[in-house]
Amino acid sequence: MSRHFRVWRGDSSGGEIRDYDVDVNDGEVVLDIIHRIQATQAPDLACRWNCKAGKCGSCSMEINGKPRLGCMTRMSTFEESETVTITPLRAFPVIRDLVTDVSFNYTKARETPAFSPPEGLAPGEYRMQQIDVERSQEFRKCIECFLCQNTCHVVRDHEENKEAFSGPRSFIRAAELDMHPLDARSDRKEYAQANQGLGYCNITKCCSEVCPEHIKITDNAIIPLKERVVDRRYDPLVWLGRKIFRRDQLAEAPPAGVAPDAHLDVGEMLSTQSGGPSPFGDDQTFPLTDITYQHPAPGSPSREG
Amino acid sequence: MKERIERHLYDVVVIGAGGAGLRAAIEARLAGKRTAIISKSLFGKAHTVMAEGGAAAAMGNANSRDNWMVHFRDTMRGGKFLNNYRMAELHAKEAPERIWELETYGALFDRTPDGKISQRNFGGHEYPRLAHVGDRTGLELIRTLQQKIVSLQQEDFAETGNYESRIRVFSETTITELLLDGDRVAAAFGYYRESGELILLEAPAIVLATGGVGRSYKVTSNSWEYTGDGHALALRAGATLINMEFLQFHPTGMVWPPSVKGILVTESVRGDGGVLRNSDQKRFMFDYVPDVFRKQYADTEEEADRWYTDPDNNRRPPELLPRDEVARAINSEVKAGRGTKSGGVFLDVSTRMPAETITRRLPSMYHQFKELADVDITKEPMEVGPTCHYVMGGVEVDPDTAAAAGVVRGLFAAGEVSGGMHGSNRLGGNSLSDLLVFGKRAGEHASAYAESLDKRPKVRTADVEAAAGAALAPLHRESGENPYTLQQDLQAVMGDLVGIIRREGELTDALKRLHELKLRVANVGATGGRRYNPGWHLALDLRNMLVVSECTAKAALEREESRGGHTREDFPTMNPQWRKVNLVCSLDDMGEVHLERKPLPAMRPELLELFEYGELTKYMTDEELS
Ligand SMILES: Cc1cc2nc3c(=O)[nH]c(=O)nc-3n(C[C@H](O)[C@H](O)[C@H](O)COP(=O)(O)OP(=O)(O)OC[C@H]3O[C@@H](n4cnc5c(N)ncnc54)[C@H](O)[C@@H]3O)c2cc1C
Ligand code: SF4
Ligand code: SF4
Ligand code: FES
Repeated sequence: MSRHFRVWRGDSSGGEIRDYDVDVNDGEVVLDIIHRIQATQAPDLACRWNCKAGKCGSCSMEINGKPRLGCMTRMSTFEESETVTITPLRAFPVIRDLVTDVSFNYTKARETPAFSPPEGLAPGEYRMQQIDVERSQEFRKCIECFLCQNTCHVVRDHEENKEAFSGPRSFIRAAELDMHPLDARSDRKEYAQANQGLGYCNITKCCSEVCPEHIKITDNAIIPLKERVVDRRYDPLVWLGRKIFRRDQLAEAPPAGVAPDAHLDVGEMLSTQSGGPSPFGDDQTFPLTDITYQHPAPGSPSREG
Repeated sequence: MKERIERHLYDVVVIGAGGAGLRAAIEARLAGKRTAIISKSLFGKAHTVMAEGGAAAAMGNANSRDNWMVHFRDTMRGGKFLNNYRMAELHAKEAPERIWELETYGALFDRTPDGKISQRNFGGHEYPRLAHVGDRTGLELIRTLQQKIVSLQQEDFAETGNYESRIRVFSETTITELLLDGDRVAAAFGYYRESGELILLEAPAIVLATGGVGRSYKVTSNSWEYTGDGHALALRAGATLINMEFLQFHPTGMVWPPSVKGILVTESVRGDGGVLRNSDQKRFMFDYVPDVFRKQYADTEEEADRWYTDPDNNRRPPELLPRDEVARAINSEVKAGRGTKSGGVFLDVSTRMPAETITRRLPSMYHQFKELADVDITKEPMEVGPTCHYVMGGVEVDPDTAAAAGVVRGLFAAGEVSGGMHGSNRLGGNSLSDLLVFGKRAGEHASAYAESLDKRPKVRTADVEAAAGAALAPLHRESGENPYTLQQDLQAVMGDLVGIIRREGELTDALKRLHELKLRVANVGATGGRRYNPGWHLALDLRNMLVVSECTAKAALEREESRGGHTREDFPTMNPQWRKVNLVCSLDDMGEVHLERKPLPAMRPELLELFEYGELTKYMTDEELS
């Protein structure tokens, strides 16, 4: 059956949405459609992919405005008459068609201090309990699709924040090392705060929502990272998080500009303004400063101990 | 117009950023060499990322009776004794160290109750031997190596102020040609996929770690990267390929829906208790245990089921036979009309263990079937069938140094692109450990070789110009043939005529068709510009796919027996005379594939003694045993 698709074509100098009518078979995913367009109509349509099974994180794109993996988005999730619009990741510069320059993420990864092996333990002598490695293992499931990076409004809206803000992918790496039973460094949290721009994150959870690996980025990595630095460092958003977005209330209070399923609005993609509206309004600068910060009372319970 | 070509100088260039390439690069950098890593995809996306089950290493954590000798034996049995024994020996001995080393890079494997690395059962391995992380072991492996490289770059940054001063990753860059100075490698030539700009990396030592060839098949678990580039580069540089007739068809690829046909269902599904049934609901594998394996495999369902909890006193279920056996069995059931509607058989875990055990032990399979096929594997069986998965054949190498054989010097190969280690059939889990063991060796010996030269080989301008011309040619043939059509035609030839079961007539036919395709590929065109143009990229890859396919078809026609990943309907049994023969491919002066028989190196006596005499008689000729 032939269905209607709209695909963004172009490069760094500009581009446009083009229309394609493509046959769709039972059980196909969006990436199959792109491959069919390549094979039959546009051999030079640029798109990344490798595994076609949600394991490599190459085929990240925006489908009807939602950051998704093309190979994991089944055509059956759309109405038969629905036009499917496919555009490149919004937060990164376009190289060509659906391929964007994701070097930002590799640069940030390179700046994050690597695993520091414990002294005096020879290879083969490492002993760890399953229960202790599981917390870090959750973050090591990351397939580096960068959908979380693309979604986070701190950089999606604000190119200028990229310098200071490493993004959720980097935060889970910091958390992973922080929770690694044998990592010899003890300053992972402070590092995240001081050098990765953890303070810019206002725990909107959009990153967790789009993660195809269902990593609980905000709950299990960012909040624990923020919580333990709070006694030592100024972080208005921990306060914000506690006061406004208590974990249990988060679901009821999605920030403005974000749809109830925590995806960013489709309209954003078509809006003239890059990145669409910020959940905090367009006139914000980060880090947010006009927030009254209260030190937690001494001895007040902290969730992660 | 004069073409602008970016030029770089390195000591060691590693082509390929999968497990083998990254491990080689780490070793070269540790040896103090300026090292470049080249990859067609982004950093961390190579095929290794897709490996699920685990990495085989006889650490003896799960069963203390395991050791390198048992692992060696299993590997030789799996490969039907056609393996290069020395590679199998080195692999079995060194795999544990290579795995433990990963922990010092930050890897987090699943643990045993006493805190060691947990090991799981897998087809063909006598004891639980695969170090694993859920069913995403390949991801852990590649990420760990990737992060180790980052950590080395951080050390270099601290020292020199430049992350890339000693090791640089060229991602989304494809190498199209190796350039020589006489019989020495001098440089790798290619293009940036992103911009289409050309690049020349001069280096006295080059390591090939480019992976496999599966993209030439219709149903495959392999990605677009697997076009046999390294195999073809090696051939054109004067190296030789061995064992090219042996391709592994993984028994359990998804067969429905059509768009995911070929995508892998990990063997751990069977290792953890999943069983195969035909459309009559019969557990048919008991009918397919070959004589050579009778002693190790159960002949009743009761014994097989007891094995999962008591492996010391029961024989293993036949679902865990080596892959070639299982793939052929499924093929026979489907051909006999006992398959599912989509041409597969059932693989069932839903009646074998509680739902929560399934989601805990096989999380990504659960996820994969739910998202891709809308099947809940805790409630219903999966439908599976054979899919082209791995090429045992590859660059003929020296076992100890990984140096390529043939008439070229300075070329090394490791990982799936190399041949010999796995013989006629690879055991699951033996690839990831192979990458580490021989990746390290390749890096080490490439560095030593580079060190030993007193002057750098020189690139000739004419060669560079020729390579540039060849790379850009499809772009100038705008009305040339569509590369996607050519690829489909090639896949049809290989899938239909050089597939799991082969016949003389079909193989001859295949060679004729490959010849016709060669003429068409010479005329392939690409529309669009040079920037990230997948049509152009495929047009260039086709040349490699074709020459490698020709090697496979030629060797398959020559080998008149059935062994491991090569099954001839007209020669259905294993022939001990053929076990002594390696089929070696090279290119002659006209660029035609030349096939030659060479003797397989004979196993050292002390290694022979690891086997029972009775077992050896099934594989070897009388004079070998006397
Ligand atoms: C789905 C699946 C599951 C698997 N599961 C297991 C398992 O559980 N256990 C196991 O042991 N094995 C498994 N395997 C096999 C194993 O993953 C592969 O054999 C192994 O990863 C190959 O690694 P490699 O380093 O040789 O190459 P790869 O990881 O494939 O890397 C090849 C690299 O070479 C680069 N390259 C190729 N051509 C060029 C060129 N022309 N120019 C520049 N760069 C180039 C590619 O970009 C890539 O970076 C599995 C394979 C698949 C497909
Ligand atoms: S929680 Fe929100 S602000 Fe914080 S990293 Fe995730 S998307 Fe960005
Ligand atoms: S954390 Fe999730 S969304 Fe972010 S890069 Fe990793 S897998 Fe992708
Ligand atoms: S192609 Fe690998 S995640 Fe989609």
